[in-house]
Amino acid sequence: MTTFQLNGRKVSVQGPADTPLLWAIRDEVGLKGTKFGCGIGMCGACTVHIDGQARRSCMTPISAVANAKVTTIEGLDPKGAHPLQIAWTQSQVPQCGYCQSGQIMQAAALLTSNPNPTDSDIDRAMSGNLCRCMAYVRIRKAIKLAAETKGRAK
Amino acid sequence: MNKMLSPAEIGTSRRSFLIAAAGTSVVFGFTDAAYAAGAKKKAPVTSLFEPTIWYGIDQNGIVTVHITRAEMGQHVGTPIARILADELEADWSKVRIEHVDSDPKWGFMVTGGSWSVWQSFPTYSQAGAAGRIALIEAGAKLLGVAPEACVARSGVVTAGAKSIAYGDIVARGALSRTFTADQLKTLPIKPASERRLIGKDAMALDVPDKTNGKAVYGIDASVPGMVYARPKLPPTRNGSRVVSIDDSAAKAVPGYLRSVALDDPSGNVPGWVMVYGENFVAADRAAKLVKVDWTAGETAKVSDADLQKRASDLIADPKAGALVVEDAGVDAAFKAANKKLEATYTTGCALHFQMEPLNALAFEQNGVFEIHTGNQWQSLALPWLAKALGMPESKIVLRTYRLGGGFGRRLNADYAVGAALAAKAIGKPVKMVLTRADDTLFDSFRSPSVQVLRMAFDKKGAPTAMEHHCSAGWPTQVMVPSLLPKGVNGAVYDPFSINGANHWYSVGPQRVRAVSNDLANKAFRPGWLRSVGPGFTNWALESFMDEAAHAAGVDPVAFRLRLLDGAGRNAGVAPNSVGGATRQAAVLKRLATKVNWGAALPKGTGLGVATTFGQERDMPTWVACAALVSVDPATGVAKVEKLTLVVDAGVIVHPDGALAQMEGATLWGLSLALFEGADYENGQIKQTNLDTYTPLRIANTPELDIEFVESNEASVGLGEPATTVVAPAIGNAIFAASGARVRSLPIRPDAILRALKA
Repeated sequence: MTTFQLNGRKVSVQGPADTPLLWAIRDEVGLKGTKFGCGIGMCGACTVHIDGQARRSCMTPISAVANAKVTTIEGLDPKGAHPLQIAWTQSQVPQCGYCQSGQIMQAAALLTSNPNPTDSDIDRAMSGNLCRCMAYVRIRKAIKLAAETKGRAK
Repeated sequence: MNKMLSPAEIGTSRRSFLIAAAGTSVVFGFTDAAYAAGAKKKAPVTSLFEPTIWYGIDQNGIVTVHITRAEMGQHVGTPIARILADELEADWSKVRIEHVDSDPKWGFMVTGGSWSVWQSFPTYSQAGAAGRIALIEAGAKLLGVAPEACVARSGVVTAGAKSIAYGDIVARGALSRTFTADQLKTLPIKPASERRLIGKDAMALDVPDKTNGKAVYGIDASVPGMVYARPKLPPTRNGSRVVSIDDSAAKAVPGYLRSVALDDPSGNVPGWVMVYGENFVAADRAAKLVKVDWTAGETAKVSDADLQKRASDLIADPKAGALVVEDAGVDAAFKAANKKLEATYTTGCALHFQMEPLNALAFEQNGVFEIHTGNQWQSLALPWLAKALGMPESKIVLRTYRLGGGFGRRLNADYAVGAALAAKAIGKPVKMVLTRADDTLFDSFRSPSVQVLRMAFDKKGAPTAMEHHCSAGWPTQVMVPSLLPKGVNGAVYDPFSINGANHWYSVGPQRVRAVSNDLANKAFRPGWLRSVGPGFTNWALESFMDEAAHAAGVDPVAFRLRLLDGAGRNAGVAPNSVGGATRQAAVLKRLATKVNWGAALPKGTGLGVATTFGQERDMPTWVACAALVSVDPATGVAKVEKLTLVVDAGVIVHPDGALAQMEGATLWGLSLALFEGADYENGQIKQTNLDTYTPLRIANTPELDIEFVESNEASVGLGEPATTVVAPAIGNAIFAASGARVRSLPIRPDAILRALKA
């Protein structure tokens, strides 16, 4: 059994220690917003925060998160109104939407470490996240919009 | 196929629209809002007015529009609901969408071909008009005025100072008006000047849930008591047989249940062994340890070179294939030509690689088999499932969830058959999930193609005849042969593997020949991939038009404009192609102005153009693209700096959604041209995951400038047309930048280097 904080709540999962965090979150805890894409950490659809850092949950064994704080898309903001989520809707970023939980979690980690990213900062931080619908132009736009909103709020 | 799916025939093929169900409650599709894109929890319905099967209005004035199209990123419910709501004069804030099940009453269900808005426009606008007329009549009666004295706006019927809301009319049970299908067809549609929603922007109804993790995709579906499964895939897509299964090593995996060789009378999943587990991790890990001995199909040694050689050999045989266009005088014109040009173009395998790997949940309940999955072509899936399960179609229901990408992969529901058989085999609900590598190996990828193009010129350099020969694997032949039309010579052909070659240029007599690559059809299951045939026919055609322009010593834009004269069969036909080739010329002219065509560029940088009519002659989307590309002569690396597009798709119903489709389709074109491409080796795709298959990422995304032509002509498709122009525009830009002519897709640096030396 492995115990960790998930979106501020203590959870225990039963699977073997090497069970990928992704499947524990999705199928054992039942939070489905984190997605399975490639299974090798190269698409970013499964991105969550582990102690504030963006991590690929498909490659992270549950043993690695014992007692850690894990945040998924469902826990990013209690009302689903993180500046990125608002900017994502305002910019109408998602197409199929499947990668967007991961995109938003990756972008949230970027804005935490770099509140005013340039285009090239965004490209560097977001290149591990594949969007097969190729909504890239709008992802760039929405991250900048969220950065502005966050900046104004301060 | 094109004909079968035209809007007019979709309308008449539906059974009679039956009207007036005031006071009844209905159950259809999903009542749970989570499945339906954009639908929200509703208050209980006590009164409901259903003027047609396409929507209902309840006592609160909530209009629920029934969407038969799959939501896979196009926000498809939004424009369709706006078409209906505009004609209904509904209050947009009260409009909801609901995606339906696979009941036959919905008619032919397919989401592809960039058809959704085009096909839905007449049906949904007439359905909206029917409701408006009925509500005005009933409202007038309740207000004690003549219907002619009433105006309907924003969900309210008004006559002078008196008014009554739609919901109140429904609550009073005052509606009894019915319309036959024939009456519906004759209902007047508002003139463009009276439109209040169409053409105006609105937030797409499905977007919010795609920002907070609430959107429910096929992979998220679950039922109590389900087990998980992952297939072990045979060495060849077709013809492999299971000899034996050894699961002794898998038994050590906690949660492993068993392995079963599936028996598939429908032929969709031959040679599959399903590995079951209590959870996906168990099924996945056990599958790695289960050993299966197969006898492989006869194509186990087939590789790219064999597929290309077979296509070339078939093209070299003039008797092979179907003549899609065969004008009198082609051979005579070539004989008399002052100058001739011939070039051969090839394309490689292209994967769908939709983000959500294939999956489906299947279970039997009360004698009905339910399949919960993301799917684009329910009307094709149902007969396959019926055959596989040995059950009538009436006992099978498909519940379509949101698709984590479609791009044509989920037109082919072979995976749903695998899940259904897996559930049947163990008598339990089964959730089958493919890994990414499984998904790739089982992809119905875009077949490689070989194309030979020829043009004859007179002594002034004007074209006098043209030939276009194309050989590829044919998805429609392999999966739905009943839909193949016949060519001029009586042989059948797959329009989805030749559309585009039947272009709108006036080039004198034409010959267009489509040849099925039988080896490709046998070795794998060719699929429909975003932009289908026009994605490769235009690679050849628009590269060739550039070569022809240079051969004739004419500027490539001027050369094309001369041929886009709208003469003869290129004049266009109402309602879908009004204006014909002159509209294609118009987008090209506008593009040339936008990009300042002809201006000097820095050394090593070039501008290339391409223009197409999108997907098919019966539904042309006129599009032109200019690619600004720099080429490094030392490495052969081509870098796309900017893509500029002009498109005429008739009336644009939902402008921001339309732009999003253009952006995505454009970048698909770029990705297929420079970043993707897979090798086929010994009966399998070689690149099975993102460590080796490398679609476009954000860092390589260039600036996009996309312009829509204002138009009141029929709304046509937008999901794919942009994909068809990008690769040839890039190829032509590479030539302009460096003098290297590339004729093979994807374009690789070594091909550019070779062409530079040639």
